[in-house]
Amino acid sequence: MAAARSKKSKVVSYTKWGYIFLIPFFFVYIAFQIIPLFSTIYNSFFENYLAGLKQIGPNFVGLANYASLISTGDLLKYTGNTLVLWIAGFIPQILVSLLLAVWFADAGCKLKAEGFFKTVIYMPNLIMASAMAMLFFTVFSNIGPVNQLLQAIGIVDEPYVFLDHTGSVVFLVGTMNFLMWFGNTTILLMAGIMGIDASLFEAASVDGATGSQTFFHITMPLLKPIFVYVLLTSLVGGIQMFDIPQILTNGEGNPNRTTMTLIMYLNKHLFSKNYGMAGALSVMLFVVTTILSLIIYRVTVTPEEY
Amino acid sequence: MAKSKERSLSQHMAAKKTVRYIVLILLTIICLFSFYILIINATRANSQIQKGFSMLPGSFFVTNIKNLLANGNLPILTGLLNSLIVSAGTCILSTYFSALTAYAIHAYDFVGKKFIFSFILAIMMIPTQVTALGFVRFMNQLGLINNFIPLIVPSIAAPTVFFFMKQYMESSLPLEIVEAARIDGAQEFRTFNSIILPILKPAIAVQAIFTFVTAWNNYFTPNLLLSKNKMKTLPILIAQLRSADYLKFDYGQVYMMIFLSIIPVVIVYIALSKNIIAGIAVGAVKG
Repeated sequence: MAAARSKKSKVVSYTKWGYIFLIPFFFVYIAFQIIPLFSTIYNSFFENYLAGLKQIGPNFVGLANYASLISTGDLLKYTGNTLVLWIAGFIPQILVSLLLAVWFADAGCKLKAEGFFKTVIYMPNLIMASAMAMLFFTVFSNIGPVNQLLQAIGIVDEPYVFLDHTGSVVFLVGTMNFLMWFGNTTILLMAGIMGIDASLFEAASVDGATGSQTFFHITMPLLKPIFVYVLLTSLVGGIQMFDIPQILTNGEGNPNRTTMTLIMYLNKHLFSKNYGMAGALSVMLFVVTTILSLIIYRVTVTPEEY
Repeated sequence: MAKSKERSLSQHMAAKKTVRYIVLILLTIICLFSFYILIINATRANSQIQKGFSMLPGSFFVTNIKNLLANGNLPILTGLLNSLIVSAGTCILSTYFSALTAYAIHAYDFVGKKFIFSFILAIMMIPTQVTALGFVRFMNQLGLINNFIPLIVPSIAAPTVFFFMKQYMESSLPLEIVEAARIDGAQEFRTFNSIILPILKPAIAVQAIFTFVTAWNNYFTPNLLLSKNKMKTLPILIAQLRSADYLKFDYGQVYMMIFLSIIPVVIVYIALSKNIIAGIAVGAVKG
């Protein structure tokens, strides 16, 4: 950008092209994001749903949809579920990723086949989440390989019904999210560690610092911005969690809605055409994700870049 | 003395390496094991799968494919084709227009540029799900339900792809090149298409893969827009598989269907993994 500024005198006559080239982006963004956003907000103030075959509304009800989302405890419950499912994947993900990132970036202990390992651990990220969930469903079903194995070894007599227990559903969803994301996080953190001035590590090693001392006193503090970035983007991704629990539990959040996420709940309202409640929920999610996005923007973009 | 210290150091190093290899190999097994089960079971007959797990492939691969293709409830071929149309369309529009948008910000100076750039970065993380209600209702009004347009065209405005392109331009597209093209008397739009785009090829290749895969795997929005059987994409068909009465299902077909949905992506990934891995960190983090 600095280069652009210094050549300003030459560039200035082409100004209008800058605007023209931005037209497609903004035209599409307004048509497919901004208009729907306002329509969503508008809908959130109306009572508008099907009771059996009878259409109720649309009647203006102000903030009643928001109030009912909060007072029924639904919002709190599904937010809690979503966070539990996210944390179940995120904690192993961040721990394993940090460990692997440090190992991969460790110049003193170069591992062979590093490229192979990176390729393998990143691969699950590109797999269709719905296919992964269906695969886990079949593998962990009553007659699936895991139950066959458990019975053959004699750990259980009857098949263990994984979908009947909150703990095991959380475990399965957490495992899938971990598998899908730890490779990605490893590569991001590794890029961060590689960006740290190598002379700092050399100095530490000359001073006789141990591996863990180096990690906690040099790597971690300097990695903080990227660490925060990973945490926040993962949280935004967690709030959007849908495909995996939706398909694993067939949209039910088994058992007894204890694994139903916010977006699964939104999806339910959209399918049952309860536009008021869907709208109120969407607006709340919009506000939360926008705040998180702005924080991400603040930690990612350093002021001196302008 | 010095020698024994050296030896213990090298022993220490060997031990360290061994631990690291063991952990990495374990993780590799965890990552690949479910795919291994998938591939094995896609080659086995329903009766074999129900009887017990096997580590060795069976001989029903072709039979399973034939049965799946003959299954009228699971239009796998149209599903593959639909997914291909949506993903290819998304991939082309989103990479081309993101490059164009990034070029507008990179190569020109105009009032409000800083604001627009910050705006696009700030909205980057806002998920599309939160506007899905308005989006689906609006598409309904436009008569675009069961149509691929609302799945493809919105990808023109893709902030993450834009950001990647912008980062790439900063490192690899000096403005001197733009200037030189201008002196030759090329039109701005032609300059972009014939000179700038070829320079951006590596960035476009990486983003083409990512946008294609994202669209290929997308379930939430297509599921809200596509209800006709002949329009459904693969993730919708997979979800349908789950909601069907699975006890009556031919598991050979189930595994085969999952296999066919993910195998195109796996092949592309294995062929291009070097570029993909190198591209992940570039768009996401500024060091």
